[in-house]
Amino acid sequence: MLKRIKGKAWKFGDNINTDLICPGPLMRLPIDQIGQAAMAGIDPDFHTKISKGDIIVAGENFGSGSSRELAPLALKKAGIEAIVAKYYARIFYRNCIALGFPIIECEEAIDKIVERDELEINVSMGKIMNITQNEEYRGTEYPKEFQEIFNAGGIIPWIKKRGIDTLRD
Amino acid sequence: MGKTITEKILANASHRSEVCPGDLIWADIDVLFTHETVGPRVFAQSFEELGGKIWDPNKFAIFIDHYNLPSTIAHANVVKFTIEWAKSVGVKHFYNLCGPEHQVLIEEGFIRPGRVIIGTDSHTTTGGALGAFATGIGSTDCAFSLATGKIWLRVPTSLRINWEGTLPQGVMAKDVALRMIGTIGHGGATYKACEFAGPLIDNMSIDGRIVLSNMAVEMGAKNGIINPDEKTNQYLKTMIDAPITSIQSDEDADYEKEYYFNGDDLEPLVALPHSVDNVKTISEVEGIQIDGILIGTCTGGRYEDMEAAAHILRGKKIHPDTYAIVIPASRKIYEKMLLKGLLNIFLKAGCIVTYATCGPCAGHLGGLMANNEVRVSAQNRNFKGRSGSSTSKIYLASPLTCAASALKGELTDPRKYL
Ligand code: SF4
Repeated sequence: MLKRIKGKAWKFGDNINTDLICPGPLMRLPIDQIGQAAMAGIDPDFHTKISKGDIIVAGENFGSGSSRELAPLALKKAGIEAIVAKYYARIFYRNCIALGFPIIECEEAIDKIVERDELEINVSMGKIMNITQNEEYRGTEYPKEFQEIFNAGGIIPWIKKRGIDTLRD
Repeated sequence: MGKTITEKILANASHRSEVCPGDLIWADIDVLFTHETVGPRVFAQSFEELGGKIWDPNKFAIFIDHYNLPSTIAHANVVKFTIEWAKSVGVKHFYNLCGPEHQVLIEEGFIRPGRVIIGTDSHTTTGGALGAFATGIGSTDCAFSLATGKIWLRVPTSLRINWEGTLPQGVMAKDVALRMIGTIGHGGATYKACEFAGPLIDNMSIDGRIVLSNMAVEMGAKNGIINPDEKTNQYLKTMIDAPITSIQSDEDADYEKEYYFNGDDLEPLVALPHSVDNVKTISEVEGIQIDGILIGTCTGGRYEDMEAAAHILRGKKIHPDTYAIVIPASRKIYEKMLLKGLLNIFLKAGCIVTYATCGPCAGHLGGLMANNEVRVSAQNRNFKGRSGSSTSKIYLASPLTCAASALKGELTDPRKYL
């Protein structure tokens, strides 16, 4: 079972692309410092404002553009533990699954959540509790296959546990 | 019910008789590639954890194109790390300073109809122009695929985008791409397969088709594919001598939606900052002051693009307050420009012609943009901060429009110079 995630909401709009999430010029940062790039295209100090466990809440097409996995990685390293958006650009979505980084699709939540609301997320059920407003929203549930990958902590630990040979049919 | 080309390729790759949109499959990969910015520097450890052995060195290629030539020590270190890693794991296909990967993959014969092409770059969709299923992934997925030769995919629904008519003078494939993106929207094809078809596409050169597939991802598409035809085969025959599979969508294939466009009255178009779908005709924005132009990248740096721009710049000088950066999309294109006298035209017009690289396109090096600087570029993205400062502004346009704008130092309709 995935652990519950609890933290403050940070709100962003539609079409937040990976050049905003992790600007090209900052990609040269060593991987262990890449958290400094988180959302730097919008707010260079973002990484200093958030606390571990916080949650990004965004509109449509989050993570569009470049395939750079450094984008979800920057958010993860900065302390963000989950993302809730209307929908994601496909490579960003894939990257989050590969990294075991919890993301939820939920229209209703985006319209109702206000910046800095306290949220609690149950990823496997796609459930978002808004503690501040005392509301609950239902996002899309993951297919069973993806839940397995999330539970293992990403695609690398998943396949290590399962064994590479199991993929050869 | 018939099947689309995308469904047929994915059925073959997953050893099934057929697949349907929504199916989750494990597909065999025909070509996997990565580059230095998001490659081994990010995934080397994960790859090591999976045994560190490339599943098939004949099917993996690595490119050093984004950080070359390095302008900072940090970039230089990434390049060096990548070279050393490639040696240590026995990479067979290694391309350093040959040009942006998407063009080089085509020239080296990796992209063929029916193949599954997977790369750690969103513009991997480029390969669809030759009838391959080509899509981008991230670094960790790459480590997984490099060790296993496989990838999980969800079979996408397909959109068919039909183009009638012929393109008027002064209008290029880039304008066709911008028209589609402006209509369908930046996220309008997310998760979907885009299939470009119709007489206008049939008559379009391969160089032009490559622009459409390259920019399919700007609508969020998973892949942007064109059914291979005689033209595709002729083109491929110049670089590979192997039988070419002919794979086609069925007449009665099922599309989620069909779009219809006509090229007859298409005008040169421009995407305004900072969004690829913020598209206007050149007449609506003519006269906007610019600091410089860029002709090049994996979108606008092919030989046909260079020829078009040179046609406008021949015997003229760019505006004294304007710079013009010209970046061939591959070393082969560079050589051809030299042989055919295009280099001379650009140099005499006052342009800088650089070696083949990604250059400033993704904001790494070689011509980054200053605060509030304005550039017209043949590249594929104009996101905020994409090529430098977050206050700089990029207008996306065809190589013809870029060249004409360089002459006047402002956004200019290229038809005036034809
Ligand atoms: S030229 Fe630009 S879009 Fe093309 S691969 Fe390089 S950075 Fe990406």
